[in-house]
Amino acid sequence: MNNAVEKKLALTHLWVAFGAFALAAVMGLYQVVERSGFFGFLASREVYYASVSTHGVLMGFVLTTFFIMGFGYYVATSSLKLPVWNKTFAWTGFGVALAGVVMAALPLLGGAASVLYTFYPPMKAHPMFYIGATLLVVGSWFWCVSMIVMYVQWKKANPGQPVPLVMFATTANAILWLWTSAGVALEVLFQLIPWALGWVDTIDDGLARTLFAWTLHPIVYFWLIPSYTAFYCLVPKQAGGFLFSDEMARAAFILLVVFSLPIGFHHLYMDPEQGHGWKLLHGVGTFIVTLPTFITGFTVIASLEIAGRLNGGKGLFGWIAALPWTNPMVLAMILGLLMLILGGFGGLINASYAMNAMVHNTAWVPGHFHLIFGGTTIIMYFGIAYYFWPVLSGKPLFCKSLALTQLWTWFIGMMIMTTPWHILGLLGQPRRIDSVNYNNLLTLSWEPYEATMIFGGAILLYSSGLLIYNLYKTQIGTETYQGEVEYAEPIHAPTDLPEYLNSFKVWNIVIAVFMLIAFGYPILQFFLMETFGSGRWGV
Amino acid sequence: MHIDQLEKKWASISLGIAGLFVAVILTSALFHGIHAPSNVETIDSARLHLSEEFAEDNLGPQRNPDGGITVRMVAGRYGFYPKTMTLPAETNLTFRWVSLDVIHGVHIPMTNMSTMIVPGYVAQVKTVLHHTGDYPLLCNEYCGMGHAHMWSNVKVVTKSDWDDMNKPAGVSHE
Repeated sequence: MNNAVEKKLALTHLWVAFGAFALAAVMGLYQVVERSGFFGFLASREVYYASVSTHGVLMGFVLTTFFIMGFGYYVATSSLKLPVWNKTFAWTGFGVALAGVVMAALPLLGGAASVLYTFYPPMKAHPMFYIGATLLVVGSWFWCVSMIVMYVQWKKANPGQPVPLVMFATTANAILWLWTSAGVALEVLFQLIPWALGWVDTIDDGLARTLFAWTLHPIVYFWLIPSYTAFYCLVPKQAGGFLFSDEMARAAFILLVVFSLPIGFHHLYMDPEQGHGWKLLHGVGTFIVTLPTFITGFTVIASLEIAGRLNGGKGLFGWIAALPWTNPMVLAMILGLLMLILGGFGGLINASYAMNAMVHNTAWVPGHFHLIFGGTTIIMYFGIAYYFWPVLSGKPLFCKSLALTQLWTWFIGMMIMTTPWHILGLLGQPRRIDSVNYNNLLTLSWEPYEATMIFGGAILLYSSGLLIYNLYKTQIGTETYQGEVEYAEPIHAPTDLPEYLNSFKVWNIVIAVFMLIAFGYPILQFFLMETFGSGRWGV
Repeated sequence: MHIDQLEKKWASISLGIAGLFVAVILTSALFHGIHAPSNVETIDSARLHLSEEFAEDNLGPQRNPDGGITVRMVAGRYGFYPKTMTLPAETNLTFRWVSLDVIHGVHIPMTNMSTMIVPGYVAQVKTVLHHTGDYPLLCNEYCGMGHAHMWSNVKVVTKSDWDDMNKPAGVSHE
């Protein structure tokens, strides 16, 4: 099929994503160097907090959103064999999102939005920051609509047929994102923007934090789902094998969508504005959402084992050596899984209702999420990029061994950076400090770890540079490459799929009920009791 | 629909693991009373000095009739008030925190004394400190440019030392 327009659409989104990533990576190194305090001339809290805020927004919102949109457009057209529905609509979404990024970037870089990426009222950023962030989200809603429309189009044309797994997962993500982003959209539209513009005088911080918590956990799954999609739908084929179970993959994606939404309160475990009964309820839900990850771990490792044995691997562990370690996507997944195991362990500690008190808001937390998000999720984005770039640009990958070096250095850099971070957390270091000013014996023990983190940061920046260089050289290459992305076949093709594994209708109702139970009263309470809002505070 | 036997087994094992974690959390919460700090109690942050409880004279540790101690503290950019205090070890402590401006967080390293301090709400934590020594109180939530400068000190002494220091004054002089 001729999908040149779709490829251009996808590639444009991906370039914005990795452009944001490159800029944010530079800031990352600056931050570990600045906060160590070893280089006095770099010390500047204004620049540090502007940098941390921008780094968070670029990595968490811009890289992810644009990557997911670009990935989705290509996946939809190539798996459904349909052209992108309404191309003008798709490009409009891109334009709105990009305009939002530029609007938010101006106050961020100018230090007028150093409120970090979770907004932190009653500290007030420039209104343009909130409006820009809103436009980014609105732009991504265009993409959600495109995905859902194409899903419905295909189902109508192929009644009773199972939707291709890769599109099922992508649509699951679009639906998840619409539900997820509603919380922060309510906060920004009804609280932050009117308050930042001076239309209302005060803001209820308790309500704002509760609405943000609605978004704050499932957003992580929005970022993660493309990586899981690659685990299930791309890696088994790349490794030379088959997907172990198509049906369990669908079940895992549904579990992620349904259970990641009503559990956001674990971000509020230490907050005063919610009662402990609600926190306990969300705590239990948080452990349920480990199920799809356990299932994913099993299914994808089983798929790798099938591939390893097909490649001639023998014995209990022989299949591991027989895997194609020199295939960038397979390597990305192996390294990603290693980081997921370590980061997942830290996550279980964070999620544990009362144990959380020991590590809450300490350096442990950024250590944890840099391992899971900066590690597992992003390394799969790299793997996908190496596979997709030749297909999308029509040029062969510039250098495969450079890609492998990049993935290894990313893994090593992440290990060197996050291990000291976890230790610093246990030694009591608060997160988000630009320097160590505490005149206390305890804080002297932090220094060696701060020094180690600089090495980690430097390796990570080097690795980021390799990625951008390789993609750029691919893009400007003169040879041509023809080929489409190939999706993994399951051992047993799904035939008689029940409708609940092929459609989201019933699941949307289930989510609505769960959300009402989990967030109904906790939000309503702010309108029932006497609350006292806060005014506007600068940073 | 086809689900492999192995996959079914693994799904039940996963369910068992998650169930075990939930059981541990529920047991410690419901039978041992170990909870995340929660106290849905509102207060007007702009009028703390006029409030009965958080007026300046009432800050710091105060003995309760039941032998426990309530510690009232105010967090504001960039410090905790009072700046220094002495507390007894092995005593039931109830910390009550309010913010006079933005969101702060506070923890005592290597203990479970930790809470967010959200303006408009009273944060309350109950705990016991087991070891004597000097502890920093650190602000752990970004609260503005001076976030890293926001800290104070708590000295933890034995219960009998603390009782000696806090004897009701003046009795013998009358």
